[in-house]
Amino acid sequence: MTSPDVYEDERRALFDHCWLYVGHESEIPNAGDYVRRTVAGRPLIFLRDSDGAVRMHFNTCTHRGATLCREDAGNARIFQCFYHAWSFDTKGKLVVTPSADGYSPGFRRDEYGLKAPARFEQYRGLWFVNYDADAVDLRTYLAGAAEYLDLVLDQAEDGMRIVPGVHRYSVRSNWKLMVENSMDGYHAPTVHATYIDFVKDSGGGQRKDALTAGGALDLGNGHAVLESPAAWARPIAYWEPFFGEEARDDIAQKLARLIDRHGEERGRRMAETFRNLVIFPNLIINDVAAITVRRIEPTAVDRHSLEAWAIAPAEEQAGSAALQRRLDSFLTFLGPGGFASPDDVEALESCQQGFAAAREVQWSDISRGMARQPGSQDELQIRTFWRAYASMLDGAGFPDRVAGIESPIAVEAAVR
Amino acid sequence: MTTVAADGHALRLAVEEFLYDEAALLDEWRLDEWLELFTSDARYEVPSTDRRTGGPADALMLISDTRSMITARVKRLNSRKAHREFPWSRTRRIVGNVRILSRHEDELEVTANFVVYRSRREVNAYMGRYLYRLVAVGDSFKIRFRRAELDLETLDSHGTLSIIV
Repeated sequence: MTSPDVYEDERRALFDHCWLYVGHESEIPNAGDYVRRTVAGRPLIFLRDSDGAVRMHFNTCTHRGATLCREDAGNARIFQCFYHAWSFDTKGKLVVTPSADGYSPGFRRDEYGLKAPARFEQYRGLWFVNYDADAVDLRTYLAGAAEYLDLVLDQAEDGMRIVPGVHRYSVRSNWKLMVENSMDGYHAPTVHATYIDFVKDSGGGQRKDALTAGGALDLGNGHAVLESPAAWARPIAYWEPFFGEEARDDIAQKLARLIDRHGEERGRRMAETFRNLVIFPNLIINDVAAITVRRIEPTAVDRHSLEAWAIAPAEEQAGSAALQRRLDSFLTFLGPGGFASPDDVEALESCQQGFAAAREVQWSDISRGMARQPGSQDELQIRTFWRAYASMLDGAGFPDRVAGIESPIAVEAAVR
Repeated sequence: MTTVAADGHALRLAVEEFLYDEAALLDEWRLDEWLELFTSDARYEVPSTDRRTGGPADALMLISDTRSMITARVKRLNSRKAHREFPWSRTRRIVGNVRILSRHEDELEVTANFVVYRSRREVNAYMGRYLYRLVAVGDSFKIRFRRAELDLETLDSHGTLSIIV
């Protein structure tokens, strides 16, 4: 949390070998559409080429290394470097080298195409990159997390899309504190007291056991989830008075359609539970008051930046009441201006400041629930992250699932 | 509108005075009084930094408050449990370049530039432009619409938007 040496080790042991989220296919719907991303420090262009295939190029000119594309998003047929005007097509091929007669006969233009990351693969429209050519395939890497991604993505009738508009902000803390916080149920009643008051004031929070029921699972390869009954309204599909009487029928119909498609048990689970999912090491998908896709980018040992998007069923079209409800619900809790996320940032930054006494106050305790079936206020999911983290940093690969390590009760719960 | 001022110059002075008073209420954390400035159908919004012209119907905003959400925001900021703002940060607002864009019936459309400095552990500046729709009430105004468009590319140095900008 405080050692620059460990921070460097993480970059090599984790971020050079793990699958890292880049973006969703809906962000680049048309040929030539691109967005820029910085993933594990590397500048990337995430784009759809002229044939409609999704690609990733390093946003680094192969001539002298200048930043090739200098706009965050757009549509292009050619990327022309402003430094010496070397130009590349959307497939990365070098197509123009001004005054080419200056190069010797041995100069081969086709060796200067844009470089691509070693691997890029998708799971249902979510695109990931891996800088290790020998990595396992993405689906294998996702292990048990794929089932939880399905529980999120299957809420859509016609696929998901990223809603335009991104929350970009930074926190003055080590990035791992954000991972912990994003799936920590124990802090909700204290850090989010004002949010819980807001929910009560708006007539919500009808399930009294919501913040204490539920549990957590180790999903393998460091991925973990916290799943609990919905503590407040969900656009799909749990009505509370916050949405207004006029929304009641619409949300009931959404629930009915979900049950039609997925059966009573799975349909209700998708509609009426919260899921806080961490895809190791740095992707958070919180399916709560709305669904946020949150990517953590470490920028220093005591600092990380975030990009957070709202992902929504494509059928919730721009201007629709359904999308409005979703975005309104999102903003009550989430984001730099929400009623809850700013207090998380405060907690993380206060921890980082507290770590200044790390020589004397050495431990961060995450032992809750080690001797019982772990509940949603316990910390199994955080231990899952840290066990994978420690094992990867030791060069030992991913460890066995937590269920095999902790108490017999936990084993029983995880198997069930 | 007749009660406010007939000529444009006097009208702008009245609007400026209103905006300066509003800024003072916020800097002094007199949020309950600030809330009284809004009409019952008011909205307050701040678009995401990558979409300065975006609206809440089709884009993720940073803030998109109805009047009841503005009330809830004030209640929260008045609490000792709004941890990001406890203790309250110190803020100082500079509002300028006030222009009246249009007048129709009971409503004025106003724009102004702003810089809001926030000091807590460190100093950050939020700068941008306001868009207001003001309704004349007696010899002053009420706010029907208040939008703060940030010129920031990201909230990298700020972390949050926990104050009212």
